[in-house]
Amino acid sequence: MTNSIAELENDADVILITGSNTTQMHPVISSFIKRAVRAGRTKVIVADPRRIDMVELAEIWLRQRGGTDVAWLNGLIHVILAEDLYDHEFVEQRTEGLAELKEAVAPYTPDRVEQISGIPADKLRSAARLYASAKAGSIVYAMGITQHISGTDAVKSLANLAMICGNLGIPGGGVNPLRGQNNVQGACDLGALPNVLPGYQLVTNVEARARFAESWGVTGLPDRPGLTVVEVVHGAVEGSVKALYVMGENPMVSDPDLHHVKKGLRSLDLLVVQDLFLTETAQIADVVLPAACFAEKDGTFTNTERRVQRVRKAVDPPGQARSDGDIICDLATRMGYPMAYDSASDIFDELARLTPQYRGMSYGRLEGEGLQWPCPTSSHPGTKFLHKGVFPRGRGKLHPVEWIPPAEERSRRFPFLLNTGRVLYQYHTGSMTRRSEGPNERYPECRVEMHPADAKRLKIRDGDWVQVTSRRGSLKARAAVGRVTPEGSVFIPFHFAEAAANNLTIAALDPVAKIPSYKVCAVRVAKAQP
Amino acid sequence: MDTFTITADGKEIEGRPGQTVLQVCQDANVSIPTLCHHPALKPYGGCRLCVVEIEGMRGLPAACTTPATAGMVVHTHTDLLHRARRTILELLLANGDHDCLVCNANGSCELQTLVYEHEIEHRPEGEPFTRRPIDDSNAMIRRDLNKCVLCSRCVRACMDHQVNGVIDVAARGSESVIATFNDMPLGDSECVFCGECVQVCPTGALLEKRAQFASQPWALRRVRTTCTYCGVGCQLELNVRGNSVVKVTSSHELPGPNGGSLCVKGRFASDFIGHPDRLTHPLIRQNGKLREATWDEALGHIASKLSEIRSEHGPDSIAFFSSARATNEENYLLNKLARAVVGTNNIDHCARL
Repeated sequence: MTNSIAELENDADVILITGSNTTQMHPVISSFIKRAVRAGRTKVIVADPRRIDMVELAEIWLRQRGGTDVAWLNGLIHVILAEDLYDHEFVEQRTEGLAELKEAVAPYTPDRVEQISGIPADKLRSAARLYASAKAGSIVYAMGITQHISGTDAVKSLANLAMICGNLGIPGGGVNPLRGQNNVQGACDLGALPNVLPGYQLVTNVEARARFAESWGVTGLPDRPGLTVVEVVHGAVEGSVKALYVMGENPMVSDPDLHHVKKGLRSLDLLVVQDLFLTETAQIADVVLPAACFAEKDGTFTNTERRVQRVRKAVDPPGQARSDGDIICDLATRMGYPMAYDSASDIFDELARLTPQYRGMSYGRLEGEGLQWPCPTSSHPGTKFLHKGVFPRGRGKLHPVEWIPPAEERSRRFPFLLNTGRVLYQYHTGSMTRRSEGPNERYPECRVEMHPADAKRLKIRDGDWVQVTSRRGSLKARAAVGRVTPEGSVFIPFHFAEAAANNLTIAALDPVAKIPSYKVCAVRVAKAQP
Repeated sequence: MDTFTITADGKEIEGRPGQTVLQVCQDANVSIPTLCHHPALKPYGGCRLCVVEIEGMRGLPAACTTPATAGMVVHTHTDLLHRARRTILELLLANGDHDCLVCNANGSCELQTLVYEHEIEHRPEGEPFTRRPIDDSNAMIRRDLNKCVLCSRCVRACMDHQVNGVIDVAARGSESVIATFNDMPLGDSECVFCGECVQVCPTGALLEKRAQFASQPWALRRVRTTCTYCGVGCQLELNVRGNSVVKVTSSHELPGPNGGSLCVKGRFASDFIGHPDRLTHPLIRQNGKLREATWDEALGHIASKLSEIRSEHGPDSIAFFSSARATNEENYLLNKLARAVVGTNNIDHCARL
């Protein structure tokens, strides 16, 4: 997030929520927003194909067709520019590229956007006026925006929207992705990405590589960006990737097009899985290593608002299980690179020295409420919101972006759009929540959400078994008939390995972010026998 | 900001505009008993235990809802107040199943503490109260309204703080009861099981079901940490007995982004920690089957196999999936292992998934 969670309650006048089922995926953040709306301080615009809970609170609900985000966002910008509602001062002083943006959004008239997205032209105009009227307008989004082949473009559009309205660098504004995993922010910050070293320093940057090589006591570091998750799987299928070491992930459930994943993982010479449980991926591994969970180790997580907070050991791990860090040090040492630390705090001190955003942090300073990066010096108080006064590159670039249709559209054989995601009571591949009695009792099995009109046409009643099939695979689960998912679409949570939604999904990627198109692919639905 | 002075029990103390008598007194360490009051919730004035005498004001106003004003002279501990508070407590005791010996909240119950502080020796005799059935309709929250003191903290937590509005005070007078819509069991209601109601309940009326009979409150050790689920980074406390996590709680007193709130996963999805399915030994595949191995054998095998693959096919034939679930330190170390030890940038994690 460019801004902080508390600002949603205290500072934002208007919040545009899109591609985030906030009450279910980030319930605690949703309470901040709900309190602000209840107090009459904030108005909410929801843009989501599904009738999510937040729609009830919304001033305006834009119900776009799946895969049309760039189109309706360009439409919003079109209206704001055409009606001269934009922040002239901010645009002139802090951004560049207005002319190009204007040209790019010119064709996205409300009428054309209505044809593409299904959003009525008047509603689009009202939403544009409401967002542009805010003193502090916040944009909150999640994977509903990013998990498309045009995910990067949609995020650029959100940034364009925020910039033309002067909503960056102020409390209550911002472009705010809600991170779905406890430490996805930290994993990105600290080098678990193929193109960057810790602190987003490019692997292609000679000086950065030299700094790390010196600190790590090696003569050189690889200079070509590596492979992303989905590319690793392709590499395994093709035979260029021979060994895969998986620390706490379950690609056999979480990755797109699982038949392809299985084929890839099975053709490896060595698959190592380090996890809490014998997950679907661990079951096909050559070596499985028992790891400690969060309650059994010390460390830090970085939350969605860039806040670094302590993780503290409360209990001992079971049996011979060891922390991931301990295992990595042991393995590195056995591979001829002695790696040893006295404590998690020592590791943190080393990474803080090499990561500019974390440089001023230490365990001592993280007691209390933690610190939000960037925190460049040991006396820096941390940063509640980014981009005050200036952007890292100087002027903020307004990127002209074009809408492209999704990789797969409805056809006669596959007449439904499939949207996948999570539900409140389960988490990711379910290895933790499905072993927790309370939440699992509430949502114990996969459900295929569909609209009553579709269900009636297919003679499917709530609770009936249905078969859902895409060009890549098929699954069987019970139907949940209701008005959340729009007509012509189905929604399937991906938590359930026995009815894995990712058997159906397509491994089509965003060309820049390499994120899979989990929110749109084409399927057919038929009534099935139990 | 302008401040003003009030006198409490003969002591001059400072207040700020907008503060209640209770807040001004608490800030100055003048103690006033409370029950329905909760610092994270709006004032309610329901239990009347915080009554005080204020010179020039009629009756016994509740300190939690009376705005403090300059020059007020407040008495917080007089014989009259003590008698009034005792009477309130005796009425509460008479009208419920307050039997500490068989209550899971024994030792952490605010009613119990108040009764003790007011030197009440017996449960008053009287008409037996009408017993309500216990709501055991779900695996997370056990509701025993026989222990409820109608403080309405749960209602305010649900309505004002979580803005879920699942429960409210229903009926009137002595019939009053905390109820869901149509008085359905929690499991059949709109409840989303954030458990904020349990967290603010001062008695044993609301309980984390899994914690019942798992530990007496005084045997628990609390360890503050960060939630392992979504990216909000809620600060929570693992309540530990021996080597088991008995329950998960939070508090508005914990500094952090969540202000004391948690969701159903953070609070109730911790069974996995001590689950019998946890892996306890390294495993190696032999003749197609995974068998137990020592760490030496497992790590030795990985090290030699990785070295062999690297020298035969180059470092880029090896890839690492790091984890958005692991700590910063561990992600950093895996990045170091991949880049400095193996020599590849093939490291990624599920950020995109």
